[in-house]
Amino acid sequence: MLEAVPASPASASLWDEAFLAQTRRDMTRFADLQLRDRAAAEDAVQEALAEALAGAGRFSGRAALKTWIFAILRHKIVDTLRSRRRSINISSLVSDDEASDDFDALFDHTGHWQADEAPRTWQDPEASLAQQQFWAVFEACLNRLPDNTARVFMMREHLGFETEEICNELAITANNCWVILHRARLQLRICLEKNWFAGEATPC
Amino acid sequence: MLTCKQAAALLSQSQDRRLVLRERLALRLHLLVCDACRNFQRQVDFLSRTGRQFLGRGVPPSF
Repeated sequence: MLEAVPASPASASLWDEAFLAQTRRDMTRFADLQLRDRAAAEDAVQEALAEALAGAGRFSGRAALKTWIFAILRHKIVDTLRSRRRSINISSLVSDDEASDDFDALFDHTGHWQADEAPRTWQDPEASLAQQQFWAVFEACLNRLPDNTARVFMMREHLGFETEEICNELAITANNCWVILHRARLQLRICLEKNWFAGEATPC
Repeated sequence: MLTCKQAAALLSQSQDRRLVLRERLALRLHLLVCDACRNFQRQVDFLSRTGRQFLGRGVPPSF
């Protein structure tokens, strides 16, 4: 059980039990999404919280505090990804349930988009970025990605993870890497179109 | 002439590496005549921005 030891009396009020519990839940959810490994996620959260509590005294408001905590958590997640990527099972990167056949079905025998699968026009996607509900849908779509696909896709979006770095460290060819990223984008696109931009309430 | 399947793959790859001139030209030609792939291009760009905003600085937007 983590003991809260605020660095100064002023910060004691920021760390009431409810805030700490909620923050920990949020952090775990964020770490889970990217690491897809509950034990690793909890380790990252534990370390991040320990660091955060040590330095919390400089903050007078929860918004700034939470931003800073998440910055620390991101570093922990990136460290974990760096140290663990050598142990990611290579064969599982191109496993059966992530077979490219699924996405070959998006195209007909001439290589054109199937009528139902052709990307539709999204109305003002930028405006969606300001809507809380959009982000909930986006997070849900990220969650639906298979674990290895998700990890590679999110590694790509972190600072310092160039494609070459991801691929070299995972000892897969650049081509395999691009295939994985392409699958991630295809799947995310479908999920967002069905659940947000097409205006249908039916989950995919 | 590229198929949509080829164009979509190239569009995805353009996020991760520099396309060579031959590829860029072939893509440009295809996009001139294909609405669906133009949509795909915009959406892949959008996904990149969205992913970066979600994972980037600050508290993630849905948290």
